[in-house]
Amino acid sequence: MTVLPAQLTSSLSDVAEGYRRHSDAISRGVLWFLIALLFSWAAIFETDLFIAGLIVGSVLALGAIGLTLIYGILGFANFAHGDTMMLGAYMAFFFLTGTVVGKRTNIDVDLGWSIDRLPGATAGLGDLSFGWGLLLAIALAAIVLAVFSVGLDRVVYRPLRRRGSGIVIFAMAALGIAFSIRALMLIIWGPDPRRYVQGLHYANEYPFGVVLKTDQIFIFLVALGLAAVMYYVLFHTKLGKAMRAMADNPDLALVSGINTTRIVMWTWVFAGGLMAIAGALLSIQALLRPILGFELILPLFAATILGGIGKPQGAFIGALVVGVAQESSIQFLRSVGFEDLSIGYKPAVAFVILILILLLRPRGLFGTAT
Amino acid sequence: MRFERMLTPLVLLTVTGLLVGTTLERSRSLDGTINFLAFFATTAAIYAVFSLALNVQWGYTGIFNFGVAAFFLVGAYTAAIFVKPPADPESSVRYVGGFGEVFSPPFLGGDQWVPFLVAMLAAAIASGLLAFLLAIPTLRLREDYLAITTIGIAELLRRIVIQEDYLVNGSRSLIGIPKPFSGYFEADTNRFVYLAVVVVVLIVVFLLVERVIRSPWGRVLRALKEDEIATAASGKNVFAFKMQGFILGAMFMGVGGAVFAFSRGSIGPTTFDHFFATFLIWAMLIVGGSGNNWGAIAGAYVVWGIFTITLNLQLYDLPSLIESRISFIRDFLLGLLIVAILLLRPQGLIPEERRVSIWLDRRMRKSTPGDPAATNTSEP
Amino acid sequence: MTFALEATGLVAGYGEAEILHSVSVTVADGEMVAIIGPNGAGKSTLLKAVFGLLPARAGEVRLGSEDVTNHTPDRIVAAGMSYVPQVENVFPSLSINENLEMGAFIRRDGLPERLERVYEMFPDLTSRRRDAAGKLSGGQRQMLALARALMLDPTVLLLDEPSAGLSPKMVHIIFKKILEINKAGTAVLLVEQNAREALSFSQRGYVLVAGENRLEGDAAGLIDNEEVGRLYLGES
Repeated sequence: MTVLPAQLTSSLSDVAEGYRRHSDAISRGVLWFLIALLFSWAAIFETDLFIAGLIVGSVLALGAIGLTLIYGILGFANFAHGDTMMLGAYMAFFFLTGTVVGKRTNIDVDLGWSIDRLPGATAGLGDLSFGWGLLLAIALAAIVLAVFSVGLDRVVYRPLRRRGSGIVIFAMAALGIAFSIRALMLIIWGPDPRRYVQGLHYANEYPFGVVLKTDQIFIFLVALGLAAVMYYVLFHTKLGKAMRAMADNPDLALVSGINTTRIVMWTWVFAGGLMAIAGALLSIQALLRPILGFELILPLFAATILGGIGKPQGAFIGALVVGVAQESSIQFLRSVGFEDLSIGYKPAVAFVILILILLLRPRGLFGTAT
Repeated sequence: MRFERMLTPLVLLTVTGLLVGTTLERSRSLDGTINFLAFFATTAAIYAVFSLALNVQWGYTGIFNFGVAAFFLVGAYTAAIFVKPPADPESSVRYVGGFGEVFSPPFLGGDQWVPFLVAMLAAAIASGLLAFLLAIPTLRLREDYLAITTIGIAELLRRIVIQEDYLVNGSRSLIGIPKPFSGYFEADTNRFVYLAVVVVVLIVVFLLVERVIRSPWGRVLRALKEDEIATAASGKNVFAFKMQGFILGAMFMGVGGAVFAFSRGSIGPTTFDHFFATFLIWAMLIVGGSGNNWGAIAGAYVVWGIFTITLNLQLYDLPSLIESRISFIRDFLLGLLIVAILLLRPQGLIPEERRVSIWLDRRMRKSTPGDPAATNTSEP
Repeated sequence: MTFALEATGLVAGYGEAEILHSVSVTVADGEMVAIIGPNGAGKSTLLKAVFGLLPARAGEVRLGSEDVTNHTPDRIVAAGMSYVPQVENVFPSLSINENLEMGAFIRRDGLPERLERVYEMFPDLTSRRRDAAGKLSGGQRQMLALARALMLDPTVLLLDEPSAGLSPKMVHIIFKKILEINKAGTAVLLVEQNAREALSFSQRGYVLVAGENRLEGDAAGLIDNEEVGRLYLGES
């Protein structure tokens, strides 16, 4: 290697640094601009879909915050995240109704104890389709999944960490767990769709042609509230700051004297709890089906990578973008000439976002240059 | 040490014994057993082609393809429209292509094999092209981005098949895919002829992979898997080599999809489920031992063997609690098996042909003093 | 004589490879000691073994009177030793304030006073408390890394190549800052490629070759030493 005079090398690196910062700012600007464009178009021309997208996005965000923290802190893609969310939804169903399938997978068995037997547990709260029983069931499911996630880390991921396995081995283990969880749901609750509440529920009309069920407003508020709690934890408590620090640089966290084992445990506690709540909130709006978990993977990862790995605030915004895009972009494409485009492509939107972000700015909105 | 050497033969023997035993019990005749085992062997050999193909990508190049289903699907459908006659406008079965007659030379019984060779080639090219397109945005980035993207493309392709029902008959199955040499033999005999065809394809793929891996090009690939930075430093174009490894593996997957389509005679979008078309193949490679072609084949045999044995179990008088969900229980255990192998025996049945374990190697590289890439040792 | 840090007969390595073969280093209270040596001599490995990041297969590390051999980093930090890695030594997405706060993670009390004290030593950082560390220049990052390591007022500070990647002017500023820290009472053990600069600021030095102690002595003597000069100071 040729030896350059020290001054020349340093000024060269200054130029390179300047260029990098410049292009960094441009790609970030372009990304924010595209997002602003999407949001304002959707808000003005498809207000109804925009609101629906925000609601879905806010729930996705709860899953994506956990996913991005695990991704940043433990450094691997948790492909079991979607299936674990569904497991949380089913746990809430189980606590609420006490139902599992019996000898045959199409015959239900009632275990004889459940929250919905408690007096008044299913009476609709105000205009909502469900009562406090479901809320209690979701809370229990969150606790169970928090414990489950910590346990899974102890049994599977921690031994892999100790051995210094590569990220691919972690991802593979996560995929194995994902399929096991899905099979477990099929074993316990069967393949037929479930719902928390029977019967029809009507939507109300709001200004600008927005039609919403009160359930949806509730879901949105709960999701935003929890995101706010997570914001407080991550940005204003020592534990949360240490989690962000570890997501930035686990080695330096260790060297700084941070008890990384404890931080990892708390990460799984939060991620597990959020997964259960997010899964259950999604299922209030739709049916519960074991296979839905795998379909959540793409939107969750699109949101996480869009926001920047390890950046919870990024995951939140990324999830809103994915939600709004998913709900409104088919309509958008129809309006610009693809009249025949099928609504069946909705799930493909997350994939398109993923490819775009990988081409444009793989480190995401909030990702820092390294 | 003794146990180590005994493990692989023990597993192979147990699986074979249970397989033959349960099949005999199930069909209660020698003919039936042989027919069933021929069908088993055909499917296992097809899966072995996929396992070898994945080994090229993951075992030798370190490319993390979680969307094998996408290449499986493209290969199978491409092959199907290359061997089928043109779609009948009167019929409700719609599909594009139908080049079967185009590539049937009117001599030497050409219609019995030429279209199939053309179809396999077309499947390989289509699948390789898909790999090329996917590689452009992802191959330069961290390795798990490719995993996420390939999961996505598998899902997207399945949706396209369903939505654009004029392409390959939508969510209904595309039926009537012929088998090679089927004009010469009775259906019963042709089962064995087709097994022979698949075995020949497997042997050809195996020899090709072995040859390629031992070539100078293959050595670069393996060096790349061990240490990308060092390989780049020695003047190799890392991106190009990874791209080539990815495309080569995808082309073999296309061939696998083609022989699968001929074997089944009918394919639909549900055939290319993530579980059957991706996870199972990963399970095979991990059980067998990635980085070793014999391991890839052994893994396909063992995993598909376990699969078939559980199918056979349904004929016994199991408690209905278990019987009604035996396939779910099997999937559950298979998922756990993968995790257990990663934890307890990451090298699989037949380890990579190297002395030092690659995990040890990785850790060393990770924490080499002054290495700027040193990250992710989150716990002491 | 009491030592702030005393490492004796350390053996350590990665996997099957042994990199340090019985290395001994001492740092007296308030002393500044430089470790120099060719690439691959095991300098960084030595710091990692001292700090418990790499298991010591033999030997002992004492911090004052306390045996900290193979303790986890959080216990070593609590015992009064801090470490600044060579690269990636700040948390880029955390603010400067939060970076410093992480330096005092193990302590529940006295955070405002600790911050105050460190900001006084590094006035340049004060005005940018709320900025993300990722926005800092190379020299400022190095300052922040030092500041983070000083949050608990350690008795011993381990520095891995503090001058790496900096311009010559910045190298000088950083070394002056390190000297200032040292003058304030913190013993410093630093590993350097930039041997001349390191020795000129230190009181004593060690020359490490192939994982073994080669030479040791006071810094001025080492600079004048013919062999050291020829091999590591770029003199012909």
